[in-house]
Amino acid sequence: MTKTKRANALMYVVLIIVSVISVFPLYWMVISATNKSVDVSRGTMLPGTAFLDNFKSLFQLQPVQSAMINSFKYAIILTVCALVICSLAGYGFEIYHDKGKDMVMSILLLAMMVPFVATMIPLFRMFSSAKLLDSTIAVIFPTISTPFLIMMFRQSARSFPHDIIEAARIDGLNEIQIFFRMFIPTMRSTYAAAMTITFMNAWNNYLWPKVIIQSDANITMPMLVANLTEGYVTDYGVLMLAVLLCSLPTVIIFFLLQKSFAEGITGAVK
Amino acid sequence: MSQTKSQKRKMSLEKKHNLTGWAFLTPATLMIAVMSFWPMVQAFILSFQTGTANKLKFDGFSNYTRMFKDSVFMQSLGNTFLYLIIQVPIMLILALILASMLNNKNLRCKGLFRTAIFLPCATSLVSYAIIFRSLFGVDGFINSVLIKLGILHTGYNFLGHATSAKIIIIIALVWRWTGYNMVFYLSGLQNIEYSVYEAAKIDGASPMQTFFKITVPLLKPTILLTAVMSTNGTLQLFDESLNLTRGGPSNATITMSHYIYNQSFKYVPKFGYASAMSFLIFILVAILAFIQMKVGDKRD
Repeated sequence: MTKTKRANALMYVVLIIVSVISVFPLYWMVISATNKSVDVSRGTMLPGTAFLDNFKSLFQLQPVQSAMINSFKYAIILTVCALVICSLAGYGFEIYHDKGKDMVMSILLLAMMVPFVATMIPLFRMFSSAKLLDSTIAVIFPTISTPFLIMMFRQSARSFPHDIIEAARIDGLNEIQIFFRMFIPTMRSTYAAAMTITFMNAWNNYLWPKVIIQSDANITMPMLVANLTEGYVTDYGVLMLAVLLCSLPTVIIFFLLQKSFAEGITGAVK
Repeated sequence: MSQTKSQKRKMSLEKKHNLTGWAFLTPATLMIAVMSFWPMVQAFILSFQTGTANKLKFDGFSNYTRMFKDSVFMQSLGNTFLYLIIQVPIMLILALILASMLNNKNLRCKGLFRTAIFLPCATSLVSYAIIFRSLFGVDGFINSVLIKLGILHTGYNFLGHATSAKIIIIIALVWRWTGYNMVFYLSGLQNIEYSVYEAAKIDGASPMQTFFKITVPLLKPTILLTAVMSTNGTLQLFDESLNLTRGGPSNATITMSHYIYNQSFKYVPKFGYASAMSFLIFILVAILAFIQMKVGDKRD
């Protein structure tokens, strides 16, 4: 009995240490955003009073407002397009599956192995010759359709009862109506998980926007944050405030959708 | 008569559904074809060409032979594999241990632990790279604590020394991705009946035995999935190399993707050479995925 008690205590100790390590850098980021750079260097771990000053300097230094708007614009458009297109495909692959479609699916899965750096140069040339450099389309288009999302929706469509489809057909709904009125509302948690993943990936994407975006007016938040470190002197307070602003949207989305996110992943792993 | 008619109607209905299915999957399929497969073919063609952006001409295998004589590229290849071999196993084992701890039904504050451990994944790659860069800077937090504790007299340039810079990249990667993999394991564990664990406990199995005899074998498909994903991700590392260490000191931590980016967009664009290097990454990803699938299959 004491042995299991000791094992239990050990488990709590491990989990607490790991949790603290996981949260600490983020706590430090928030604290630093409210402190002067000198105090951050001195290793302060308490909230300071320089938040407003940091805020002012950051907005003077960088086009934070437009970068925020851009990032939201790219991420929202991308997420909506990706969810519609990939869920349609996942549903199509599963509900109407036959040999031909299964084969197409397994070919699509090969795209998971294609590294982005390999396609980056041809894509850059493609968008550049179409005169689309620096455009929203160029930023979002390459990552709308992903085998990962299609597979996730296909897995979840597997648990969608065929009786519902049959009943809806008898009621006179056509196939596209069945998808929009029956499938989407039933699969809410899968959509939530897919939305969380896609939004986070879109918001955090750095390499492709860096390649394709040319003008300062179109930069994203991650690009702005990276730009801040380019100089020789780093103002830690201002930098951490920018990092905080860049992280806030994904953290908020994660907290809002955490529960359905876990459920959706469970459905996909099955 | 009427039977054949209804059969005919059924056939045409099936045909219609079949076509609807194709219509549903066409947009996504086309986009992957145009945005992934077609560029891959072009990258392959480009990899046999040399010259700057607009003046490319075919030059056989010269890009491929050049690659292996390029000391910076070889360094980046070595670095990437170092991260792969050290970081991926540490991260996956840690994630597995944490997931099996969190799967314990009697654990309190489960949600709190899970959220805390997953939280790093909600921060962007650029953000966490910069947080770690600042934490380990010469005048950063870690140095100030070490000085306060009397361990160091002046700040140590963690990112200025090859070994410590590599270690910091590995620490940062483990910090960022462990929770992500843990979520996959937790989901996998939820598909295992909890009674299996209770039965094992009654039979007197130790936690170690339960872990190796029940958890690991039953989670095998998920472990395989995360191993393939992590390998793929590690071979494509970019943000950390660029924003945490800038690839330095003197290319000691540069990754393949970072070097390819530099060759294509930072200096004079060498698209052909960069494509050849990126094609090597593709081949490595394919080979490693194949090996992992084979190994994963064997243990059945």
